Amino acid sequence: MRYSVFSLLGNALTGHTQWTPAWRDASPKDHYDVLIVGGGGHGLATAYYLAKNHGISNVAVLEKGWIGSGNAGRNTTIIRSNYLLPGNLPFYEWSMKLWEGLERELNFNTMVSQRGVLNLYHSDPQRDAFARRGNAMRLHGVDAELLDRDQVARLVPYLDFEDARFPIKGGLLQRRGGTARHDAVVWGYARAADMRGVDIIQNCEVVGLRVAAGCVVGVDTTRGFIGASKIGLAVAGSTSRLADMAGLRLPIESHVLQAFVTESVKPILDRVITFGAGHFYISQSDKGGLVFGGDIDGYNSYAQRGNLPTVEDVCEGGMAVMPMLGRVRILRMWGGIMDMSMDGSPIIDRTPIDRLYLNCGWCYGGFKATPASGWCFAHLIAHDETDPFAAAYRLDRFATGHLIDERGAGAQPNLH
Amino acid sequence: MRITCPCCGERDLGEFSYHGESGTERPDPATPEAARKFFEYVYLRSNPAGPHEELWFHGAGCRSWLVVRRDTVTNQIFWVARAADRCAGAST
Repeated sequence: MRYSVFSLLGNALTGHTQWTPAWRDASPKDHYDVLIVGGGGHGLATAYYLAKNHGISNVAVLEKGWIGSGNAGRNTTIIRSNYLLPGNLPFYEWSMKLWEGLERELNFNTMVSQRGVLNLYHSDPQRDAFARRGNAMRLHGVDAELLDRDQVARLVPYLDFEDARFPIKGGLLQRRGGTARHDAVVWGYARAADMRGVDIIQNCEVVGLRVAAGCVVGVDTTRGFIGASKIGLAVAGSTSRLADMAGLRLPIESHVLQAFVTESVKPILDRVITFGAGHFYISQSDKGGLVFGGDIDGYNSYAQRGNLPTVEDVCEGGMAVMPMLGRVRILRMWGGIMDMSMDGSPIIDRTPIDRLYLNCGWCYGGFKATPASGWCFAHLIAHDETDPFAAAYRLDRFATGHLIDERGAGAQPNLH
Repeated sequence: MRITCPCCGERDLGEFSYHGESGTERPDPATPEAARKFFEYVYLRSNPAGPHEELWFHGAGCRSWLVVRRDTVTNQIFWVARAADRCAGAST
């Protein structure tokens, strides 16, 4: 069913009893042309673009839980393309462009809201670094504005401008950045992929990868063996577990990232703000909750819950930049498992095993990359060659020294 | 999560910093396969879901490097030892 004002009116007249499920609850077939392991945003987007851009619709997406149960439903929903390095900028800008047309593309309200992302700076060297990043963005055709203190104060007067320890000296603003409704993104891609013939198989966990003569042939799952000509892994924090089934060791560590939402309050925060002297980012959801987060906990973890020192650190960052936060109560906090790569940048590439493809290393910035990640991964799987937008995201870059280290932190994943 | 330091007793996680997987051995740069071995040493991780031996630094306490065996799924800690003692044990 195509969603429109007419379908809404028609269903209103029948008391909303005629709506059909957004996608079929498919059972696995014996064999698929392409299997995507992982029914998060990246996996579903990959399946959608395989069908739409490359005409491959004999595709299944395997999800161990339900659609939206993993990191797709656990992030802080920020979209932006304010990167510095040439390997990253064109990719994230392509993602931004896909976000801008996503609702029409998917016929689904993903609530993309370009409310602007403002990165605050607190010192002269940080201003210079932001100016450099803003210039790099503009050279790549991405919008960026460097604001001074007074411009920031006019834009967001409720921040703490009197703080002597971390004075706000200005900010780098990307007006086209913002937020999107995270659940709607996976639902929208799932529905659009399903309409093009993709099977979305939930509650189906992969327990083994079958390889014959150096070539992948299928997966063992909790619902039996499923054969496939090609297999793509898009499983975020579980990447090392899946790769281990194929005997691969990867430049990945899994870490837990916590996020928080407060009780609903009236609209106070009309953009995304990040604190530059610590690590803290915040926006307000349409429901009114203030959604925020900070650093990862910093130790290897597969537990979808974090520890209190990080909670304290995040809240201190929030209080330093926006003291009124002390008056609201946190409603929920949760954790998701991030696939932290050794240089802080992702991997979209082949593996040493034929017809097994890898999409991982998103660290804690995977949500904004969802459309372009699917776009590029679909291209890689369909043509066995790298999409130009993801040309730098090679698995062998760690061995060859072509790292993409935005932060300059080195091979220490908990610092990226 | 709290870590029981062999020197200081049970302490809050905030006192410690994390380094990563323990037991990785820096290769000898003079060996013929040094480039590949250094790549594996610097970049590749086993990253298990389950028991994991890892290095923590007790920066707000005795300033010892510790080896901690911890379950990465449940955060249960099986044992903690001073890294210096582990190295001494390994060499004898």
